[in-house]
Amino acid sequence: MLSLTGVSAGYGSFRALFDVSLAVPDGEAVGVIGPNGAGKTTLMRVISGMVPLRSGTMSFDGRSMEGLPAHRVVERGIAHVPENRRLFPRLTVEDNLRIGAFIPEARRRFMQELERIYALFPRLKDRREQLAGTLSGGEQQMCAIGRALMSRPKLLLLDEPSAGLAPLVVAQVFELVARIRAEGLTVLIVEQNVQQVLDVVDRAYLLEVGSIKLSGTSSELKGNDFIRKSYMGL
Amino acid sequence: MDIYLLEAIVNGILLGGVLSLLALGLNLIFGVIDVVWIAYADIVMCGMYIVYWLYVGLGWPLLIACAIAIVALAAFGVLVHLLIIQPILGTAPINQLLATGGLLFFLQSFATLLFGTDFRNIGVRLPILELGEIYISYARLLAFTIALVGAVVLYLFLKRTFIGTAIRAIAQDRDIIGLMGVDQKRIYLVTSMIGGALAGLAACLLALQYDVHPFIGNTFGPLIFMICVLGGLGDMIGGFIAAFVISQIIAIGGYYSNTELSYVLAFTFFIVLMFVRPRGILSR
Repeated sequence: MLSLTGVSAGYGSFRALFDVSLAVPDGEAVGVIGPNGAGKTTLMRVISGMVPLRSGTMSFDGRSMEGLPAHRVVERGIAHVPENRRLFPRLTVEDNLRIGAFIPEARRRFMQELERIYALFPRLKDRREQLAGTLSGGEQQMCAIGRALMSRPKLLLLDEPSAGLAPLVVAQVFELVARIRAEGLTVLIVEQNVQQVLDVVDRAYLLEVGSIKLSGTSSELKGNDFIRKSYMGL
Repeated sequence: MDIYLLEAIVNGILLGGVLSLLALGLNLIFGVIDVVWIAYADIVMCGMYIVYWLYVGLGWPLLIACAIAIVALAAFGVLVHLLIIQPILGTAPINQLLATGGLLFFLQSFATLLFGTDFRNIGVRLPILELGEIYISYARLLAFTIALVGAVVLYLFLKRTFIGTAIRAIAQDRDIIGLMGVDQKRIYLVTSMIGGALAGLAACLLALQYDVHPFIGNTFGPLIFMICVLGGLGDMIGGFIAAFVISQIIAIGGYYSNTELSYVLAFTFFIVLMFVRPRGILSR
């Protein structure tokens, strides 16, 4: 469904990604793991059109995505939940969800989608009139994921969904991701929380200083000595 | 209570209506695009000339002249954004002040060239209402009512529509707005158009009450900026309230002394409040 071949990207004179190739097949959940500063967030931003490609190719659903601005990427069916959730803090929960349905196609079925999200996250329905900035960390993550789902994407990008959350809440968030998967959505998830992410994805890539070092199914990676030593503390 | 004081207070409230409309326009543009249109009051002046020219010069019906003025200024707002603001977005903030300040002198000089420096009045004489012993100008009451209706329509637009929600959201987080499928450039254009249309509406309401001349922007321009800063730049509700606070000071100050001194009072109040609440009256 999504495929990147030989992708390089960066900011100004700084190169953050070198020759990255990656594929996310239809209906799968794929993880990208790696330490801080490995370029995981840049990778997400390249896919969603926030950071331009320097070289390489990128396609989604068989169509090229190069040079597409972010708002067009959403129309193609990719929704991005950014790092640190980035809700609009002084808008209500419902307004945050409304903005997630901005693209014309999503606007038409706004009420329907809203009911679907409220059914998926009943907590959000209870807090619909509350300002998003006053939600707890876990609720904010629900709202951010709900906002992304409002556009009815084919592919969901999750950038560090567990960042800054208490351990108990982190477990809830991963449970949430598992539920979204069960809905049949394709998911690309970036995480530092290696052990837990490998439990929810089918396959994963290890990104280190801007390059793919390793890839494989999640059980392969769980059994890999290097990953066990460096990322799971085993 | 003294009947003249009551009349001054009522007139202050009525003046606040139109000022609040202009404060809303300026705050909207600042909040969303992060630029200050220094020439905002002079754009209003252009609208007043459009009303004057169509109604007095060409003899068109007043309502049509007003409608055209609103549409023309909405289009002008878009042009200001495309030609002046967009090329300098992201450069040093001083550039916006210089560029829109330049527009101010351009508009004033251009109006002088076309119409001379004469004071011109559209010559619509609306009756004076007598409520008990208070006299209220019908023109002011009408301007106040229409300004309030305009503010409510704007509020509903921002609250209820997808584009309105995007406008409120973009002011809170510019960077990720694209991830929501929102084209930032388009939102900026819509915002500039609304800012222009509000200036157009205010121009129609002011033309009913005041003579138009090329420098009329200088009389209420500084007032609007003061109101916006007092309310907290970009804070629509704060600006709306500040418009009424300032117009009350001017009205009541004018009752106890004279108009000139009332402006001195208003600006003194502003300076003091800037020390007490530098981020606006509603800030905590």
